[in-house]
Amino acid sequence: MAVIQVQRKPLSLAERTYIPQVIGGLLTTIKYFFRPSETLQYPEQRPAIPPGYRGVPTLVMDPHGREKCVSCQLCEFVCPPKAIRITPGSVAQGAGVDHVEKAPQAFDIDMLRCIYCGLCEEVCPEEAIVLQNQFSMSGYGRSEMVNHKDRLYELGGTLPDKHFKWDKKKAAETGAGGHH
Amino acid sequence: MIQPASPDLITVNVDGKEIAVPKGTNMIEAARRVGVDVPHYCYHSKLSIVGNCRMCLVEMGMPAVDPASKAPVIDPATGKQRVNWSPRPTIACATNASPGLHICTTSPMVKECREGVMEFLLINHPLDCPICDQAGECKLQEQSTGYGRGYSRFIEQKNVKPKRTLLGPRVMLDDERCILCSRCIRFSKEVAKDDVLGFVDRGSYSTLTCYPGKKLENNYSLNTVDICPVGALTSTDFRFKMRVWFLKQTNSIDTETSVGVNTVVWSREGVVYRITPRENGSVNDTWMPDSGRTLYKQIREGGRLEAARVSGSVADLESAVKAAAALISGAKVAVVGSGRSSVEEQFLTRKLAARAGAEAYLVSRVGQGDNLLVSTDKNPNVRGALVTGLISELPKPSLGALGERIDSGSVTTVVSVGEDLLAAGLSASQLAKVSIVYLGTHDNATSGLAKVVIPTLTVFEKHGTFVNQQFRIQRFAKAVPGPSGSSDDLVVLSKLLSAAGGEALGADVGSLWPSIASEVPALSTMAYSNIPDTGLLLDSSPWSTLAFAEEATLHFKPAAAAPKEAPRG
Amino acid sequence: MANFFFGLPLMVQGIAKGLAVILFIFPVAAACSMAERKVSAWIQRRPGPNRTIPPFFVGIPGASILQRLGIFQLAADGGKFFFKEEPLPNHVHKFYFILAPFIAMIPAFTTVTVVPFGAYLDPEGKVIPIMLANVDIGILAIFAVASLGVYSLILAGWASNSKYPFLGGVRASAQLISYELSMTLSVLPVFLWVNEPGSSGSLSLARVVEFQSHAGFWGGTWFLFTMPLSAAIFMIALFAETNRQPFDMPESEADLVGGFHTEYGAFKWSLFFVAEYANMIVGSAVFALLFLGGWNLLPWLPLSSLLEDLHRLTGSALWLNPLVSGVLSIAIFVAKVLFTIFFFMWVRWTVPRFRYDQVMRIGWKVLLPLSIANLVAYTVGIYFLQG
Repeated sequence: MAVIQVQRKPLSLAERTYIPQVIGGLLTTIKYFFRPSETLQYPEQRPAIPPGYRGVPTLVMDPHGREKCVSCQLCEFVCPPKAIRITPGSVAQGAGVDHVEKAPQAFDIDMLRCIYCGLCEEVCPEEAIVLQNQFSMSGYGRSEMVNHKDRLYELGGTLPDKHFKWDKKKAAETGAGGHH
Repeated sequence: MIQPASPDLITVNVDGKEIAVPKGTNMIEAARRVGVDVPHYCYHSKLSIVGNCRMCLVEMGMPAVDPASKAPVIDPATGKQRVNWSPRPTIACATNASPGLHICTTSPMVKECREGVMEFLLINHPLDCPICDQAGECKLQEQSTGYGRGYSRFIEQKNVKPKRTLLGPRVMLDDERCILCSRCIRFSKEVAKDDVLGFVDRGSYSTLTCYPGKKLENNYSLNTVDICPVGALTSTDFRFKMRVWFLKQTNSIDTETSVGVNTVVWSREGVVYRITPRENGSVNDTWMPDSGRTLYKQIREGGRLEAARVSGSVADLESAVKAAAALISGAKVAVVGSGRSSVEEQFLTRKLAARAGAEAYLVSRVGQGDNLLVSTDKNPNVRGALVTGLISELPKPSLGALGERIDSGSVTTVVSVGEDLLAAGLSASQLAKVSIVYLGTHDNATSGLAKVVIPTLTVFEKHGTFVNQQFRIQRFAKAVPGPSGSSDDLVVLSKLLSAAGGEALGADVGSLWPSIASEVPALSTMAYSNIPDTGLLLDSSPWSTLAFAEEATLHFKPAAAAPKEAPRG
Repeated sequence: MANFFFGLPLMVQGIAKGLAVILFIFPVAAACSMAERKVSAWIQRRPGPNRTIPPFFVGIPGASILQRLGIFQLAADGGKFFFKEEPLPNHVHKFYFILAPFIAMIPAFTTVTVVPFGAYLDPEGKVIPIMLANVDIGILAIFAVASLGVYSLILAGWASNSKYPFLGGVRASAQLISYELSMTLSVLPVFLWVNEPGSSGSLSLARVVEFQSHAGFWGGTWFLFTMPLSAAIFMIALFAETNRQPFDMPESEADLVGGFHTEYGAFKWSLFFVAEYANMIVGSAVFALLFLGGWNLLPWLPLSSLLEDLHRLTGSALWLNPLVSGVLSIAIFVAKVLFTIFFFMWVRWTVPRFRYDQVMRIGWKVLLPLSIANLVAYTVGIYFLQG
């Protein structure tokens, strides 16, 4: 690698007096002085969130309002800062979704640990954990910064489901398609 | 070609590597010896061979010989004997090695065979991995990753079979996941001798069921869950509790009986989730009784002692030890040791008894055995007490002798190492006459009566060794930390010993073992770190005259305990 | 009312005028800090402080305008300075450390006394300047007292007993000395022009305004037009004297953390702050008087003619009332001062800070020779014009 010496361009007399530059600068700033402000008045005005934004991780329900998470704990496993903590459990018999068998008893995400990497969303086989638009978390203590299961569902709401995997399974179980 | 070292050995060639194996070794085991993994589902080294999963297909070949002269055919290109490869693959599990056998596990044909078998196995396998307890230790997952084709061509409807069938109180069956390897059937029939399982129907209707009116409820039923290569059989106790990839494995010993079944304790963050057997060909093969798998529940059971108590009021360890030492020194002491204590604890108990001039007793727990992995002696470590010299003869069925001495007033202080004296045959009125020092994990009648109570640890919370019925010394390790407020038995005993005026000995296995080795003749050549994971057989001859309670179990015959001496009776 | 005022003893008149000025300067100096924030925000296309509002003001019409202008923010900041803990580091010279911010206030308020800030028509139609002390040494008094301001900076820098304030103090003294010369030399042509040879001279600032109020083309011309170089040198020197960017060497937060006030906080720090703005106001006032025609609305339109024109146009004698004329002149003057202050801010948010060596070079090698040449040129010119 050759080192190329770049000669600094010599300043002209006008430039050396500094006056045209100052006047040009003053003109520029006064021009901006009269332009409307660019600032977004945050709490009142909200920024437009682009698709694919990685906000606070949330748990979502399917369009029928059913829990999608089956507590496979892959997100807990993949989570780099170990922010996720799941207590798995069985689905109560007669809940209408018995065939899913498994659902989280408790699902905590410590937002003080979360780094918004989105690996949990990527790894989720049920598309149950999604990083949505929510980006502002605040609380008066550490405990308030832990999102429990009910809060996660409240934040997550309902998202469209492309597969209805468990419905298909149930249809196969009760209707035509397979043996028995 | 390597010449066989002995006539029992034959030489086989696995993927170009030659190895000598004993006669009768099958191709899977032969390949394993050179580090070549032959994938399989139905084959299990401790069960009979059925060869119905077809996953272990390999290519085999024999050295070519001239049919007429039986002279080796030499390949002119290489100058070596030619190999006649079989045109079709062979299942490695059901083919025994023969002299000069060539095995190829890397050929395109083998690869295609495996892909084909995997594809067929996965056709009707449900997409249950997220809710399947086997995920993470599932052979189907591992081998579809290692040997599968990576994508599915199957667009038809998958088979639907019953899920969540209870085969017994502890075993749940998911038929969709079953790949019909029949390991569980063979285990029930061959090992548990409780032939209740079988396949019914044919083709894709094949289903694993219990015989009508029967249940898989023998004391070994959970071994079917262990050997199930997929998630078809799951334990109702462990079901949906925790994913296996979070669990830490710690080697331990089943304390249920004197068999000393080798186990693995699976824990996460101080919580034990399950116990599974650990392979030890000399003790338990790969099995363990169901009853031993629930022992971990005592850790979190209610009634755990949480703080040292002196005369009923909470005290710290130091003052409790001081109070206990005050009760011991100058008094007429008896020590009730325990067959459930580790060798190290029994050693310290002996030292304490010697220091206090006390006689040591042991509580006997003889019960019913099943001649498999549950022996008649429910104490895991009576032989440890013999080896360390805590006792010199087998424990009496009850503590009657101690009771008499209490009644006669020749004992005023009783130190109990984890034993409930009331349950062991002493009466409340007898206990009222003496001061009791109780070291134990849980509240019981004795701890309620004791002057000094010091909480100690369960077997899952400490290190140590047990000597099983074969006089095999086996290590167990700490899986989880003990609860706050309780202390390691070794710490308590060594503090008690030095507070009572005895020598200061190490308070953990590492620093205690040099003292043990120097004082216990049977252990003189050993160090704790040198004991292998499968245990070390001790010389049992000094105790060959004792009439041990055990009957024959797996890998154990009572007479075999004293092979050199004349058998009893 | 006017008669009542002039009927009062001179002493009381003086005190009343002095109090009025202090009561005006202090809030305006404080408000300048808010103006500074707003100007910087608008130049950078931000809204600036616009959120603070006391709860009981919510809903009152007009309060939201004050909120958006940051007036309540100003009050909140002021309140904060009063009530927050006064840090006093252990290593400082406590007496001088506390003294320094008060000294900073003294020149700012003293120079105001000789600055005329308006005029009124007396019953004879004569324009009488409004000022606390119409002393003949006017500009000299201002220069003399204003240069004392540097003592507070040096004192603060030295008393803080740590390296950044010390460097800030040293820079402050060097810079002030350097630019004082050019500043003084640049205004001399004005006074040469004002004081004709042979007549009795005066260095009073009112005299300068009076001169710019003469009839005729040359008489009514502001000195900004007749002496642009003087005005430019004076303005640049003023930047340096008031430690405004691009000459704020003593503070210079990029390399000196906070310069002379690094160790200061809370109320003492805010005194420095107010003093800086008060100095700026006085400097702007002097500039307006010397070069922008003082209380004359436009060039060639002196106050007296303006009032007569208004009187003639509206037919109301009210315009000739001393009080009305006084208020009008003060309004005109304050508008000019405020514009000059705005110019200070405008420059601050446009031009980056000079390096210390550049500051020294400009002061000694550019401004000083220029102002000397300027003085010589005007001296010769005035000799031929007036002599």
